[in-house]
Amino acid sequence: MMEYAITICEGPTCIGRHADRLRAILLEELAKRGLKDHVRINISGCLGMCHKGPFLVVNPGYTIYGGVTESDIPVIVEEHIVKDRPIARLAVQEDHLFNRFYRIFGDVGFFGKQMRITLRNCGIIDPENIDDYLALRGYEALAKVLTEMTPQQVIAEVKQSGLRGRGGAGFPTGLKWELTAKQPGPEKYVICNADEGDPGAFMDRSAIEGDPHTILEGMIIGGYAIGSNHGIVYIRAEYPLAVRRLEIAIQQARQHNLLGKGILGTNFDFDIEIRLGAGAFVCGEETALIQSIEGARGMPRPRPPFPATSGLFGKPTLINNVETWANIPVIILEGAKWFSSIGTETSKGTKVFALAGCVVNTGLVEVPMGTTIRQVVYDIGGGIPGGKRLTAVQTGGPSGGCLPESYLDTPVDYESLAKAGSIMGSGGMIVMDETACMVDVARFFLEFTQSESCGKCTPCREGTKRMLEILERIVQGKGRPGDIERLERLGNMIKKASLCGLGQSAPNPVLSTIRHFRDEYQQHIEQKRCPAGVCKALLTYTITDACVGCGACKKVCPVGAISGTKKEKHVIDQAKCIRCGQCYTTCKFNAISRS
Amino acid sequence: MQTTTDQNRQQLIEYINQLPDRPYRDSYLIAVLHKAQELYGYVSRDAMDLISSQMQIPTAHIWGVVTFYHYFRTQPPGRYQISVCLGTACYVKGAAEVLQAFKDRLGVEAGQITEDGLFSLLEARCLGACGLAPVCMINDKVYGQLNPDKVGRIINDLRKAAR
Ligand SMILES: Cc1cc2nc3c(=O)[nH]c(=O)nc-3n(C[C@H](O)[C@H](O)[C@H](O)COP(=O)(O)O)c2cc1C
Ligand code: FES
Repeated sequence: MMEYAITICEGPTCIGRHADRLRAILLEELAKRGLKDHVRINISGCLGMCHKGPFLVVNPGYTIYGGVTESDIPVIVEEHIVKDRPIARLAVQEDHLFNRFYRIFGDVGFFGKQMRITLRNCGIIDPENIDDYLALRGYEALAKVLTEMTPQQVIAEVKQSGLRGRGGAGFPTGLKWELTAKQPGPEKYVICNADEGDPGAFMDRSAIEGDPHTILEGMIIGGYAIGSNHGIVYIRAEYPLAVRRLEIAIQQARQHNLLGKGILGTNFDFDIEIRLGAGAFVCGEETALIQSIEGARGMPRPRPPFPATSGLFGKPTLINNVETWANIPVIILEGAKWFSSIGTETSKGTKVFALAGCVVNTGLVEVPMGTTIRQVVYDIGGGIPGGKRLTAVQTGGPSGGCLPESYLDTPVDYESLAKAGSIMGSGGMIVMDETACMVDVARFFLEFTQSESCGKCTPCREGTKRMLEILERIVQGKGRPGDIERLERLGNMIKKASLCGLGQSAPNPVLSTIRHFRDEYQQHIEQKRCPAGVCKALLTYTITDACVGCGACKKVCPVGAISGTKKEKHVIDQAKCIRCGQCYTTCKFNAISRS
Repeated sequence: MQTTTDQNRQQLIEYINQLPDRPYRDSYLIAVLHKAQELYGYVSRDAMDLISSQMQIPTAHIWGVVTFYHYFRTQPPGRYQISVCLGTACYVKGAAEVLQAFKDRLGVEAGQITEDGLFSLLEARCLGACGLAPVCMINDKVYGQLNPDKVGRIINDLRKAAR
């Protein structure tokens, strides 16, 4: 009898497709056959293959069963578990990166690792069991650091690796460590920024839910390097599973003497506590985050002094993003040289993206820096569904920008994305097809940053409000000549004059869409037209000759704007029409045109 | 006999008392507020006063913190808390229409609660279920691939279940 481990993804998308019910059925089925002791069930957070959910991964063998239904469960147990015959019919065959990774991980470690560095263990180990992590060289990097390396050597290694912050700004990590290490102690802090505020991204959450120990290990190494004994993970309260997994991981690490006093028999002490955020985007900004940990409103303050010199409780503080931390153990184990061989001249290693929107395969992807957006969207993402045309790819969330089709060959690295008018950001990547209106998208992001502005500095608080007003009037068909220039002027001013990164980047979605889609703005303002058919106030509905006179539209029209006799072509009274679009969705004969 | 409010009160005090007694005790304010919301379902003025006297922090400061963070509620929530995702992936797939449908059917704006106390409506940012966009979460359950029709059905079902 073989021993198996079955991983069930219970990320939100899979739960939405009843992965929890599948788990219950699976348990029941295994119990019925007396197989409970031979099969271990791992529950994982989002594994990043959302479009195929719900799915099971059966190990060893890395067979992925996608789109699993209740009736598939007994078949999988009977064939795969009892008879050891994987079922090709139900397995996911496509060579989407995620899948390829699993297969390769089994035999050629090197190639697999190149693709998945930070997410290397996600979906393979049981995140609630430290033994799984230990079995895959977990905490080996920590042991190496504590026994063979001086703090200076650790910092030199990180510096040499070329690792840059994954939280958005891309600051060289080794340099930051060096700056913090130089500050006088003994009280210093190490913080993991797990606030993940980009509304459309969930990389950090998956990393923690899938492999919390990697983050802890990275932080302990960081603490050793800069001479700190106190680590804090600042995490969103909206991620309860991630919080619970971190708590369990911390508990287990303490039991194994990997946290606490005299770690692994050395005289190095380090402990980690969890602090919850409370839903404020600006708290992802490092100085605001510090305020929040101190128990205050999360308002940023001017830098310098940087947290490296004066951070939490006024003490030197090292803040890095979740994904940045997850890279550390690998860099220590495999060496800076290996790490810096991946990626481009200025951007080393890999980057995780949360690919979503109008794309066939949604989910998490980790690719080497320098991969082009086209490769991510088409080769991994499978392109645009429904034969539609790609209009734009948005990266960097509310601080980033929209890139048009002609920029698809832009490689993902910090400099290239910035040059194209967007940013790397923390890893959100949203694909938009022709049904997205760029002016409306810009308005959407600005509405977000405007409402998240903490209100401390005037350019951000008032400036974003004025920009939003202008955008709102444009989408309502009340745009005025000169509005585009007004937006550009205001946007550039806000970027220059705001206190923190929120304001400094808030105009980016607007400025980048103006740069790449200026004609869409002009059509909205001059011709009062929305080419994508999104801005309701700008649409005109007319009935075409395809009308058979069924009267369905007349019935649904809430304002009685449609008239006509049965079996004859109807007409819409444009003066009465409120552009609600009900007739358009009701008509079965495609006889209503919208432009 | 102790009422539940008394019990909650007692638990909150105990929670505050067990906080690490290190120099930066005030820094646990947000953790205490999370605890209060977990116990009461929201952070009431009374709870703030209690925290104020227990932690020796002015209520005005606590009020400032509570109102800064979206996560904290100062009103009791409805029996069904509907969070409509307005994250980017959901937005490009029509979340605005879904939110409008909820508003129309419930007759409330985002951030409000229906008169019968059954539903409260909230806007959320990325629930991590982008693969099912547009989505909403009702209590702990995710509903995916929504459209205005589905919204109507969901509300009807919940109304029936509540009877
Ligand atoms: C408005 C705003 C939001 C931010 N949100 C996050 C976030 O959610 N997660 C994060 O790691 N960094 C965020 N940052 C960046 C942090 O300020 C900081 O640069 C980062 O945590 C440093 O870590 P790194 O060097 O590893 O990237 C944000 C910055 C700004 C201005
Ligand atoms: S944007 Fe709605 S779940 Fe991610």
